Amino acid sequence: MKLLTSRSKVVVQKKMNLMERLYIPAILGGLLVTIRHLFGRKTTIQFPDEKRKFSPVYRGLQVLKRDENGAERCTACGLCALACPAEAITMDAAERKSGEEHLYREEKYASRYEINMLRCIFCGFCEEACPKQAIYLEGEMALSSFFRGNLVYGKDKLLEPVKTVQDKREVVIL
Amino acid sequence: MSKITIDNHEIEVEPNTTILNAARKIGGAIVPPAMCYYSSLKESGGKCRVCLVKVTQGSSKDPRPMPKLVASCCTPVQDGMVIQNITSPEVLEARKGIVEMLLINHPLDCPICDQAGECDLQNLAFDHGNQKTRYVEPRRKFEKIDIGPNIKLHMTRCILCYRCVYTANQITDDRIHGVLNRGDAAEIGTYISNAVTNDFSGNMIDVCPVGALTDRTFRFKQRVWFTKPVDAHRSCTKCCGKVVLWFQGENVLRVTARKDQYGEVKEFICNDCRFAQKEMNSWIIDGPRHIEHHSVISQNNYEEITELPTADYGVYGKRVDES
Repeated sequence: MKLLTSRSKVVVQKKMNLMERLYIPAILGGLLVTIRHLFGRKTTIQFPDEKRKFSPVYRGLQVLKRDENGAERCTACGLCALACPAEAITMDAAERKSGEEHLYREEKYASRYEINMLRCIFCGFCEEACPKQAIYLEGEMALSSFFRGNLVYGKDKLLEPVKTVQDKREVVIL
Repeated sequence: MSKITIDNHEIEVEPNTTILNAARKIGGAIVPPAMCYYSSLKESGGKCRVCLVKVTQGSSKDPRPMPKLVASCCTPVQDGMVIQNITSPEVLEARKGIVEMLLINHPLDCPICDQAGECDLQNLAFDHGNQKTRYVEPRRKFEKIDIGPNIKLHMTRCILCYRCVYTANQITDDRIHGVLNRGDAAEIGTYISNAVTNDFSGNMIDVCPVGALTDRTFRFKQRVWFTKPVDAHRSCTKCCGKVVLWFQGENVLRVTARKDQYGEVKEFICNDCRFAQKEMNSWIIDGPRHIEHHSVISQNNYEEITELPTADYGVYGKRVDES
């Protein structure tokens, strides 16, 4: 018979000897490998109690940032929604009224801002497109819910809380 | 007829045609940009200096070059004139400087501005300007005011092209706004906060090359590139009734006049069509509006259904008549 490849082996059914028929040496050999791994370096962690250290450029869930005075940076310019390849972002704009200057930085703000996390592919284009440094992919990375509707994140989930106004990243002033 | 050459393109035009209009007859990339000239408004032009070109030969009788760059929108052609626009580095350098000059007092609020996406100054700066500004001094600031019930004036964005003044003079029968003060203090205003209520005053929004005059009924409703432009008409007693409707879903968010390829309105529309008629059933749809491919509005804008291939395809996607 002509062989199809050079690597093929001819299988021969040969009779096992006594040692092979006992199986015990083979089982002990396998156990030895398992026991050796018990004392070696562990490759798994107890997620979510333990978390791995991320690279500083990792992309997690989006966070809508506030400026140094605690006002929302987003002006609902729509560039993130335009850049989004998955079309996950939608928003409505509203005009800032007098007396709301401490809440919104510019004269226009997003009254509704939604990211469909089921559509989001975490590419980071929204972060790149934002002219106001308002959106960063620096939040949590694992999201879960029993209902699909809960995974459409509105401003209540995306907006950074007022207390932790600490911009970790260097803000580039254009 | 005068025979002229613009960027090595020869054309014969009527005497007293301006260089800009002669270039528009040739078309293409050699047409100088214009921020203040508006072909349907008399006396417009000569303000912004964006359309500067170089005349390397004045005429066939006097072939000396013109000593300085000339504004093509208000310089008539002469027989045998040789003009350089994009082939002259001097012109492109001057245009870069002029864009920088126009942007000196222009705020960087495109993310907020409703005109963003269809703004002449934005396009001009994108094509001809520097990426960074060198200007560090404070820009002049104005309060935004409502001139009339439908129009919002952002004086900070104005580049003083005077188009809205000519529109009010020539399209409407009373003009109550104009340019106040002189020089760097010049500003558009209605003097003692008069309201602009004329029936054709809404056309000031369309002629404005920047976002200085914007539609209050469309204010912050939606970014223009998320709306779908559709040609439509209705029988109107005051105007031609030919408009562009800007849809979002089933809702008409905005009504504008139809602009040609140079962003100019040839048939002005009345305020009733523009601001009051925002129901679908008051319009007859003509079809999708053509949007230039380089515009951001062309994003996700489908103008026609591409026809499915008509040839008879076999089981394996191979044309039957080919085999």
